[in-house]
Amino acid sequence: MAPLVTFCLRMGDTALILGQQTAAWCGHAPVLEEDIAFANMGLDLIGQTQLWYGLATEAEGAGRTPDDLAFLRSERQFLNAQLAERPNVDFAHALMRQYLFDAWHLPMQEALCHSSHDGIRGLAQKTVKEVRYHIDRSRELIVRLGDGSDESHARMQGALDALWPYAADLLVTDAVEAELAQQGVVPGLDRVRTAFDAETAATMARATLAIPDTGQARTGGRTGIHTEAMGYILAEMQSVPRAFPDARW
Amino acid sequence: MTKEWPLWEIFIRGQHGLSHRHVGSLHAPDAHMALKNARDVYTRRNEGVSIWVMESAKITASDPDAAEQNFAPSETKIYRHPTFYEIPDEIGAM
Repeated sequence: MAPLVTFCLRMGDTALILGQQTAAWCGHAPVLEEDIAFANMGLDLIGQTQLWYGLATEAEGAGRTPDDLAFLRSERQFLNAQLAERPNVDFAHALMRQYLFDAWHLPMQEALCHSSHDGIRGLAQKTVKEVRYHIDRSRELIVRLGDGSDESHARMQGALDALWPYAADLLVTDAVEAELAQQGVVPGLDRVRTAFDAETAATMARATLAIPDTGQARTGGRTGIHTEAMGYILAEMQSVPRAFPDARW
Repeated sequence: MTKEWPLWEIFIRGQHGLSHRHVGSLHAPDAHMALKNARDVYTRRNEGVSIWVMESAKITASDPDAAEQNFAPSETKIYRHPTFYEIPDEIGAM
């Protein structure tokens, strides 16, 4: 697969799987205001997925559509970061997953606004506005709940302990991205990592949460290796289009 | 201390040049989050360019039981509308 296609799939798949997980909160969030905010964010991410898949299918030139990519690929063909597929568990987990994603997503999108690739640059310039809002919201909630009651603090710390190792999967670099970085298509990942580290350190300090220092890193999603949660997500997401391949609604 | 978040009244400016209008209310732990919630609840269909929030408890409202004494007397005072002037033809529609 061409490096450009791989990169677009990594971005699009991560947005899709997180969007799908976020959408599951619709009707279930702790309060109505969060319910709407979470559904909005999920829809934003699925909108971004369409743009990334549009670029991927165009670059691929094999006649596949964005829907084919979302609904007709199997687990090992998905290149999302493992963080996105981690289960909803409770609101603390969903929120922490969103924040860690946002802390990577914003510096990534900001850098992609200067990509040498016209399509990626255009996509990033369009979506970076909503990405700025996403982190603005998730960061404030992390701080309020981390530095909130004993129970909210304990739940947020638990979520951070569980999810931190998976955040590493967002920051992995490999030959694919090194090649694209050399062409100026994507930023050097150390730049994104520096921004991620600064963002998370400052926010967790405000939230009185401790970033685990176990050094554990769970990676592999962006080469198609997934956690046990992934199969269930795809089963739910893909069952209708697979059962009724040409259905329209 | 109540466990419920306080209620906030939300005002949205639809476009530049218009006033902020009351659009509804929502719950939020503080003013900052009320703004964010208002953005998500009330502007997701491109309804506005500016948001004000105000804690509902800070509003002093007129007493519904006093509606008659407050408002009924003006019902019959139609002369308070400037509708009894003859408009010269050259002015046109006003």
